[in-house]
Amino acid sequence: MDPSLLLEQTLNGLTLGVMLFLLAAGLTLIFGVMDVINLAHGSLYMAGAFASAAVTARTGSFAAGVLAGIAVGAAFALVLELALIRRLYARAHLDQVLATFAVILIANETVKILFGPQPIFAAPPPALAGSVELLPGVPYPAYRLVIIAVGLLAALFLWWLIGRTRLGMLIRAGTTHRCMVQALGVNIEVLFAFVFAIGGALAGLAGAMAGPILAVQVGMGEQILILAFVVVVIGGLGSVRGAFLAALLVGLTDTMSRALLPSLMRDLLPPAAADQVAANLGSVAVYLLMAVVLAVRPRGLFPAHG
Amino acid sequence: MRTTRRSILAATAALPALGLARPAIAQPEAVKIGMITTLSGPGAALGADIRDGFNLAVKNAGGRLGGVAVEVVVADDGLRPENGRAIAERMVRRERVQVLTGIVFSNVLLAVAPVVLPAATYVSANAGPSQLAGEGCHANYFNVAWQNDNLHEAVGQYMTQQGVRRAFILAPNYPAGRDALTGFKRFYKGEVVSETYTRLDQLDYAAELATIRNASPEAVYIFLPGGLGINFIKQYAAAGLRGRIPLYGPGFSFDQDVFPAVGEDALGCFNAAQWALDLPNPANRTFVETFEREYGRLPSLYASQGYDAANLIGSALAATRGDVSDRAAFAAALKRADFASVRGAFRFGNNNHPIQTIYMREVVRDGQGRIVNRTIGVAFENHQDAYAALCRLG
Repeated sequence: MDPSLLLEQTLNGLTLGVMLFLLAAGLTLIFGVMDVINLAHGSLYMAGAFASAAVTARTGSFAAGVLAGIAVGAAFALVLELALIRRLYARAHLDQVLATFAVILIANETVKILFGPQPIFAAPPPALAGSVELLPGVPYPAYRLVIIAVGLLAALFLWWLIGRTRLGMLIRAGTTHRCMVQALGVNIEVLFAFVFAIGGALAGLAGAMAGPILAVQVGMGEQILILAFVVVVIGGLGSVRGAFLAALLVGLTDTMSRALLPSLMRDLLPPAAADQVAANLGSVAVYLLMAVVLAVRPRGLFPAHG
Repeated sequence: MRTTRRSILAATAALPALGLARPAIAQPEAVKIGMITTLSGPGAALGADIRDGFNLAVKNAGGRLGGVAVEVVVADDGLRPENGRAIAERMVRRERVQVLTGIVFSNVLLAVAPVVLPAATYVSANAGPSQLAGEGCHANYFNVAWQNDNLHEAVGQYMTQQGVRRAFILAPNYPAGRDALTGFKRFYKGEVVSETYTRLDQLDYAAELATIRNASPEAVYIFLPGGLGINFIKQYAAAGLRGRIPLYGPGFSFDQDVFPAVGEDALGCFNAAQWALDLPNPANRTFVETFEREYGRLPSLYASQGYDAANLIGSALAATRGDVSDRAAFAAALKRADFASVRGAFRFGNNNHPIQTIYMREVVRDGQGRIVNRTIGVAFENHQDAYAALCRLG
């Protein structure tokens, strides 16, 4: 493969990776700090995407749309925490899965009632709709570069929040020594609600950023949630740093396997068989990666619980 | 306090059951038509269009089909074969429904067919799996839309006619995806540069798009239903490929259910279908006008199929004067296809699948600035599916 195509495919992998990171960061935080498996995380993402598309269409401002997506994601997460999740902390994971699965169904039907069953329109702002010439002869969609930048900024923000602030210290302590944090008089309820809102805001941001390149439709959250869970597992449950690395790893593996396998297989096999083998290998590449990582490091790359 | 909340919860839980138990308001002699379709999840828009098209035909005829009062019983399969099967068992065995329609997806239909066909008549308004077109064809099964391969074959034929020499073709890696590309290749005579199969849950097509740009084919053919197609079409335009390499597909990825979500990104794409918004026959004009007035949006391919399914059933009801109990007589009446289809001429082949014209359409802006399909040519006249010869029906 020539270097310019390789550069392009690397960027493609990074775009997918940072989108997965925005989703997986919240998921892994919520799991790490509160020990809750939140299947409804994809619904927060969907809510962000719909809110952002609707507000952008109404105001004509993409920035307003993104802010609305973040706000709706955070608000939805807060409501969810106060009304439902709070009652589930002491319960088994299976109960949490059942309850948050119900939230998925309710959220999907609600969105269908509000917006109809048809997918809705979302486009990048006109200023970012074009492409940028990275190297001579390699045009790259400007909007995808913005996604990468936003994802990296979000990662930087989380690194600062968790590593450099008092709140982050509590979050880290809550992940590893929950009882001790409570015994020291920290208001754990407020902390949990806050972590949930952060997770929701990131999911909303992911939804808002995804709208212009993906279908904004009912059920969009469940599709991406599976990959986000793979990222969380590879990264190590509860570790944001792990989620970041794993997300980029998954994004790059997925993109590269799809980019390289077809031509590689066509060199080795007759065309019809090559296309089929490449497709099947490409489909499982991410899961193979997960299997290999778990075989070497059964608790993921950076397990948060000691 | 606690008891109150409990009772409210219990009452809320009981509400849907109440809805089901509500007695039918329709006249006692109304013929029941069971509509099993997909109304929840990502495929919901398709089922809603089939239902709306069907209901419109009933409404336009004053609550009747073929002069016979009908009651349409709608149920949601949620795109789950086991749900569809359970609904079919309830309708056919308990409620004695004898005419059914509406299923969107082939996997649901294949689960439902063994339950329905021994005891009732099924008129498919969408799914047309090869299993029911060839050796497995059935006297009580009719497909008023197409056999699954038809639209792919039509694009293959058209691209051959247009002299496209190098094509890049792409579909999801599942049975219908592989069937689609097989159907396409049955009539496409140029070189297939790459036959790419993507994941059924794939979101990002950037890797494939970079490969396409690098391979620089003369045309790209995709079969990516629903949200997959929306993702691809948006990203194809964003990658700057729209306008440089023509994009072709079956009508499914390029119709009114998708246009509102992709907007201008679909302009200039070519697709094949047995129906188009602008077909000039009177039945179609009435359909498009009344649909838009009733629902406030333009009808899709799926809506046209629901509308035709209703009118086909109406033609058989008229012929049998509303008697649906004689299976053979009802099937014989259906097979005559004595109705004004919105696509113009229409007849059934030996396997109860259509023999019909398939049009090529281009996505354009119409006079009012709306994004629509314009008919640009004919890929096939009187086209019959490839499985008909294997069917032993007369």
